[in-house]
Amino acid sequence: MNDNDKKKKREAKAYEKYVKNFTPKPHYTMNILKAFIVGGSLCTAAMYVQNVLTETGVSKEMAGNYVTVGIVMLAQLLTGLGLFDSIGKFAGAGVIVPISGFANAMVSTAIEYKKEGPVLGVGGKMFTVAGPVLVCGISASAVIGIIYWVIGVTG
Amino acid sequence: MNKRTFIFKNRPEVISASSAVGKKEGQGPMKSWFDMISDDDTFGQKTWEKAESYMLKTTVEDAIKKAGKTKDEIDILLSGDLLNQIMSSSFMARDVQIPFIGLYGACSTMTESLMLAGVLTDGGYCDTAVSCASSHFCTAERQFRLPLEHGHQKPPSAQSTVTGAGAMVISGIKSNKCNNKPDAFQVKTREGNRVVITAATAGKVFDPGIRDSNEMGAAMAPAAVDLILAHLSGTGRTFDDYDMIVTGDLGFTGKAVAADILGQAGVTKEQIEKKFVDCGTLIYDKADGFESGGSGCGCSASVFSGYVYKMLQNGRLKRVLMLSTGAMLSTISPFQGETIPGIAHGVELESEGDL
Repeated sequence: MNDNDKKKKREAKAYEKYVKNFTPKPHYTMNILKAFIVGGSLCTAAMYVQNVLTETGVSKEMAGNYVTVGIVMLAQLLTGLGLFDSIGKFAGAGVIVPISGFANAMVSTAIEYKKEGPVLGVGGKMFTVAGPVLVCGISASAVIGIIYWVIGVTG
Repeated sequence: MNKRTFIFKNRPEVISASSAVGKKEGQGPMKSWFDMISDDDTFGQKTWEKAESYMLKTTVEDAIKKAGKTKDEIDILLSGDLLNQIMSSSFMARDVQIPFIGLYGACSTMTESLMLAGVLTDGGYCDTAVSCASSHFCTAERQFRLPLEHGHQKPPSAQSTVTGAGAMVISGIKSNKCNNKPDAFQVKTREGNRVVITAATAGKVFDPGIRDSNEMGAAMAPAAVDLILAHLSGTGRTFDDYDMIVTGDLGFTGKAVAADILGQAGVTKEQIEKKFVDCGTLIYDKADGFESGGSGCGCSASVFSGYVYKMLQNGRLKRVLMLSTGAMLSTISPFQGETIPGIAHGVELESEGDL
């Protein structure tokens, strides 16, 4: 990196700092609180359903699967009805981090590109938001799997 | 005098203007100034892109009608928008069948097209030109950001793309308004002042090094200030000579930054407070969840063609410097580690009493 680039970078940093004085800050405390309440309620409700299912004789593993499918379907329905974006705006990470966020990312893109046709529109664009998450998630799980295996062999 | 500023000796006249906006914009503080407000952001069309194109076409046709002209009498159409390959403008031009020059200046397109219309009509190459620009929230959102139904939070500095379009008809011929066809609007304008283009300044691309695409106002502020100062030195005027200096879409953050830089350049605080306004801060009701104001070509296009033009016409403003500001980023440039460069083009309009 030559001196000119360094100078530019320094100036950019200084400008960014200067602009911060005029930029409104996100309301972190409120956002965290909302995410905690909505996300927490969602997970508590899911846990309650799962417990009820296990009590009625469903195996623990299957009960978990049913609940996951239930949340995905609910998020998809709310996205289709045009309500999820308002909920997401309010609750932020509270509904994005659970699997509901993933369902929303798939369905919202599918709706958005419906006009470009079912194959190249919906099919081609459906994963534009969720795709990067999938790739990174699967890659990370593979890496962790290898580490796990190495520890298992050596330990 | 520097070469960046064009002085128009023949003072081409803006003979009519028209603006159209969507629902949210139509509920904002500017609502009484717009010519057309649609309750339905689809404008009755099947896709958002068609809706934007239709909205633009409506304003162009309305402006031509208000000028008392037909499409055949228009020599050139200068238009641009934010979409890839300026889709809205090209498809609008397909429908109206007027010789078309497509422009891209990001959100600075309105003054870019107005400046070029001024050059063409002042130079006598065209008698009548139409300059226009548009943007639509739903088309910009899907191209630059996330799907509409995606649930996410935006930081408070993020501006909202305006659903709106504006068109102006510029004539190089000294017109006598009384000869125009007497329809309802013409009766009104006959009493109004002539609005003429007196000068324009082309902008340089400035890159202050902002990376966050939610801070476009700050990315464009230095370009806007540079343009204002260049225009003042190019025309030999001072801040005092203007009734209003109006920027396109700096938003609340960008406007505050630009005002501060102007203050450092020696403009007094009262002058800035009194005369320096921004379309992005005018168009929405802040309480409606638009904390940082509007952006997009349609923001300056609709406010210039609606509010500013009419204020000049009724003589409440005498001389105005309008500058649309643009953030010259592409859909891929942020991913390649590029910062966001800004640009601004300025056009000076004057109100002339009918003598």
